[in-house]
Amino acid sequence: MHPAPSVIIFTTLSGLGFGLFFWLGLGVPDVSGGTAFAFFTIAYALSCAGLLASTFHLGNKKNAIYALSQWRTSWLSREGIAAILTLFLFALVAVPRIFLGAEMAISGVLGSIFALLTVFTTSMIYAQLKTIRRWHQPLTPVMFLLHALGGGALLAGEAKIAGWLLLALTLVLLAMWRIGDQRAAARGTTGDATGLAHLGEVRMLESGHTARNYVVDEMVYRVGRKHAAKLRMIALGLAGALPAAILLLTPPGHITAFLALALHLTGVVTGRWLFFAEAEHVVGLYHGK
Amino acid sequence: MTSLPEKTDKKLGLVIDLDTCVGCQGCVTACKGWNTQNYGAPLSDTDPYGADPGGTFLNRVFSYEAQTEGRPAQTVHMPRSCLHCDDAPCVTVCPTGASYKRSEDGIVLVNEDRCIGCGLCAWACPFGAREMDRDAGIMKKCTLCVDRIYNENLPEEDRVPACVRTCPSGARHFGDLGDPDSDVSKLVADRGGYDLMPDLGTKPVNKYLPPRAKDTLNTQPLEVVADEPQGFLGWLDKALEKL
Repeated sequence: MHPAPSVIIFTTLSGLGFGLFFWLGLGVPDVSGGTAFAFFTIAYALSCAGLLASTFHLGNKKNAIYALSQWRTSWLSREGIAAILTLFLFALVAVPRIFLGAEMAISGVLGSIFALLTVFTTSMIYAQLKTIRRWHQPLTPVMFLLHALGGGALLAGEAKIAGWLLLALTLVLLAMWRIGDQRAAARGTTGDATGLAHLGEVRMLESGHTARNYVVDEMVYRVGRKHAAKLRMIALGLAGALPAAILLLTPPGHITAFLALALHLTGVVTGRWLFFAEAEHVVGLYHGK
Repeated sequence: MTSLPEKTDKKLGLVIDLDTCVGCQGCVTACKGWNTQNYGAPLSDTDPYGADPGGTFLNRVFSYEAQTEGRPAQTVHMPRSCLHCDDAPCVTVCPTGASYKRSEDGIVLVNEDRCIGCGLCAWACPFGAREMDRDAGIMKKCTLCVDRIYNENLPEEDRVPACVRTCPSGARHFGDLGDPDSDVSKLVADRGGYDLMPDLGTKPVNKYLPPRAKDTLNTQPLEVVADEPQGFLGWLDKALEKL
């Protein structure tokens, strides 16, 4: 799949933002006044920047309002609604906490549930697709949720919780790649896709295009596969293993937390790029790929 | 609404004969022509006369080569377009309700006034049947020439999709696949018409008719005339060996 920068920025930033919202909703860290203002500003900035980025690749932004209408069947629509509800709910939590010193415990927990729900709906946009076998597995939502929870805890300054969550993320990434490789390998052949396998070995002689086209650009993208193994190790080390080690093995402090965050962010962007770039769409079989 | 209809009154679709298709690309051209001048945004071309041309098509003909060990290879031309699936994943993923399946005839269409061009429907389609128009930013797909088949301003013989009307080898057939007594349904039954990628559960309406079995030649291919060179070539062979 084509790794569109807008989608990478969106899933990375909004994942972190909604992850931070989750912890803030639970009162972790338990802050009020100016400190709470700073935390909520970061959460809003990340989630809103992510959501804005997600609109960059739209061909027809003027119809965007309709995207909230199809929650009955569409995970993308559900995501839009969940994101807006979460942002609205947290306004009701943040304002009293910052200005009135109120705890807003119940609405906070409700907001946290919606923040996680938003990340889950994002992950289901990808996990629902039967056409991309690598994504169509239960670990895809788990991976997205652990990114949000781990990164959120890191931003919330909860070093030990973040450390354990990023360790879990490391293991989930490894498992997801393993299962994904098996699923991708079992996606069939050009003979299966064309229904011509009974005639023998089937290969593409001529494609139905002499120039580039949308389907090929978008879904038969193969650049990422060459360095996939190296990039996986980079993503795994930077997003999960290294920050987890720093957070769990060194005494908590601003410098170690900042270092862990910087490593984590670089790793997440690498991993997200790879998530798209190495995903094989079944339509590739018609193109002999 | 992007919920699929529980059932459709008709299942209009195409039956494509892979035995008869000669890969002439006539259907591709007819489709592009009709759908550029009629329903919805035109199918744009980008940089058509330049170094990096591209464009939107709703139907493309691919050619495949199939070969069994010890037998001659066989070429199969496969026109590929929207299959108007009964359980169309492109419809249910659409966030805006732009993608829909008509309950009266089962045609899958895009309401261009609602499409945001997010591309998710194209990701959900296993068949590469949807292409985003780069100029309009709208998802385009086969409409089964909905503006021809019911169009009373056209002579009756023209009220079929442009690809079917133009096909010079009679490889494309149009009709109601939900009616077991229709010509297309009988054709599918006679020839063993099949679904593409049935394991993905999209229940395509369009069917493909497999190539008919080829007869085998009972004459043997030419025998090897000589293994060992004789005469002048034999002398040359030996002389070169000795060098």
